Amino acid sequence: MLDRFARSLTRVAAIAAVLLTATAAVGQTTYKAPRTSDGKPNLNGIWQALNEAYWDIEAHAAAPSSVPALGAAGAIPPGQGIVEGGLLPYLPAAAEQKKKNFENRLTLDPETKCYLPGVPRANYMPYPFQIIQTPKYIMMVYTFARAVRTIYMDDHQEAPADSWMGWSNGRWENETLVVDTTGFNGMAWLDRAGNFHSEALHVVERFTATGPDHLLYEATIEDKNVFSRPWKISMPIYRRMEKNAQILDFRCVEFAEDLIYGHLRKQPGN
Amino acid sequence: MNHRYVVIASRLIVVVAVLCATTSLAVAQTRAYRAPRTPDGQPDLQGFWTNTTYTPLQRPKEVTKELYTREEALEILKTAAALESEQTEPGTIPDVHYDFTQFGLDRNQGGLALNLRTSLIFDPANGQLPPMTEEGQKRNAARAEARKRMGGPTDAAQNQSLSVRCILMDRAGPPMLPGAYNNNYQIIQGPGYVMILVEMIHEPRIVPLDGRPHLPPHVRSLTGNSIGRWEGETLVVETTNFTDKTAFQGSSENMRLTERFTRVAEDRIDYKFTIDDPATWTRPWSAELPMQKTIGPIFEHACHEGNRGLSNTLAGARLEDKKRAEAAAGKSSQ
Repeated sequence: MLDRFARSLTRVAAIAAVLLTATAAVGQTTYKAPRTSDGKPNLNGIWQALNEAYWDIEAHAAAPSSVPALGAAGAIPPGQGIVEGGLLPYLPAAAEQKKKNFENRLTLDPETKCYLPGVPRANYMPYPFQIIQTPKYIMMVYTFARAVRTIYMDDHQEAPADSWMGWSNGRWENETLVVDTTGFNGMAWLDRAGNFHSEALHVVERFTATGPDHLLYEATIEDKNVFSRPWKISMPIYRRMEKNAQILDFRCVEFAEDLIYGHLRKQPGN
Repeated sequence: MNHRYVVIASRLIVVVAVLCATTSLAVAQTRAYRAPRTPDGQPDLQGFWTNTTYTPLQRPKEVTKELYTREEALEILKTAAALESEQTEPGTIPDVHYDFTQFGLDRNQGGLALNLRTSLIFDPANGQLPPMTEEGQKRNAARAEARKRMGGPTDAAQNQSLSVRCILMDRAGPPMLPGAYNNNYQIIQGPGYVMILVEMIHEPRIVPLDGRPHLPPHVRSLTGNSIGRWEGETLVVETTNFTDKTAFQGSSENMRLTERFTRVAEDRIDYKFTIDDPATWTRPWSAELPMQKTIGPIFEHACHEGNRGLSNTLAGARLEDKKRAEAAAGKSSQ
């Protein structure tokens, strides 16, 4: 009797183990997205991350605003971060640089100047972005600074030159869009806390639908000039469900001109 | 005169002439061409396109006809290409600023469609903008006054043009008109959307096709709000919600723009647009120009991020201010 119970328990455990393995192998989900006409998972839509990573991708407590006039409205909300393992593996010199970036973030953060946000930062800024998917090209259009990335699904090549958004070659791995991006100019940051990278950055992103209105976003980040080892971020991305959802015009250059050029304004009397 | 450039120019003109077997937009349209279809049934406009041209928006005063002959058009193209190449003598300042051979700023280098039109404007038939209404004239005079009150162009970044500030290049539109460089576009079509990536300042135009209404009238932007629909073979894009700063050829914020994209050959889209703005012009006006198939990819144009020119211009002006102030102080102390 006991023997039979034990045997069936073992069998159940074995089945469960197989099921678990299978689930893990397809990227923590068994969801199968609707297909596009060429049979690929359909990731078209307007999407947005919903977390505090745009302040700091590492886990962090609440903190006051660096602009006192904004009071509580400008305070940094606490967040659990999106970095697996919690903290970034900075090389010693880079850790120093990160500290300096943080102290001078009001003048150094490319976001304040309306510069193109780079990758992966563009994906967790607090604005929607749109994926437009075709077999040969996938474009991601971000609200912030009207940034655009083209992901080349067919004609893979090395980056012809360095750029802010990098050069993205894409491929499908079953349910997952895998995007391999290099060719960065090293001037973008990773968040408002001064986390940064160099031009040696190599990002491999994985976009997997986990339901009709959710994507799992994972990215492996490698940069031998800044980090001692590759590290990973992951977070859900949500579909914007509003009936009239669209990417509105956030042309931010004019909002940054006083910050960038204000000291060069003609002084009265001169 | 640099002979190398002329050789390049004439070789390209031959290529262009071969590419453009159709001699005018009017002729091209009569050909029974049916664009391939996307999987969701839209006529397929996808690919890389250029609308580079030497044809002016308005007809030059000395020209009295609507169309050139093919020979005349080729001659004009050749002369314009040679002139453009000639302006960068090696070792001169323009050559340092715009090394045309290095950056491909020379329009004929990228190939361009032969256009027999003497002006892009075809309606009114005289190829000129219609007369401006009294309201339009007053508004533009007031705009000029307001600019004057802001001070000199080098007094502050905001006194410079939108182009110099890398906010919107004045011809990138919409309507999409070409300038001297970066006249390339990539069109992709996903279900329910046409996406036009304008190379100039990486401008994404996402055009929804689901018949949604325009944004509320008080939600405005420089490039307006574009909504598209298919009329047979033609993509029709209506754009409203412009701003007073858009001021396309002096337009008001209530300008209504209708663009029509028709693929008339494997390698050609006929692009037409109509401007309806009764607050500015006595009647609507229309223009057309071809979009010629070209090669990709389109590279990132990070204009604002690399805008050293504006900083340097302002810094130079402040240095001049300082010199003047010092000279004045020196004089008064003598």
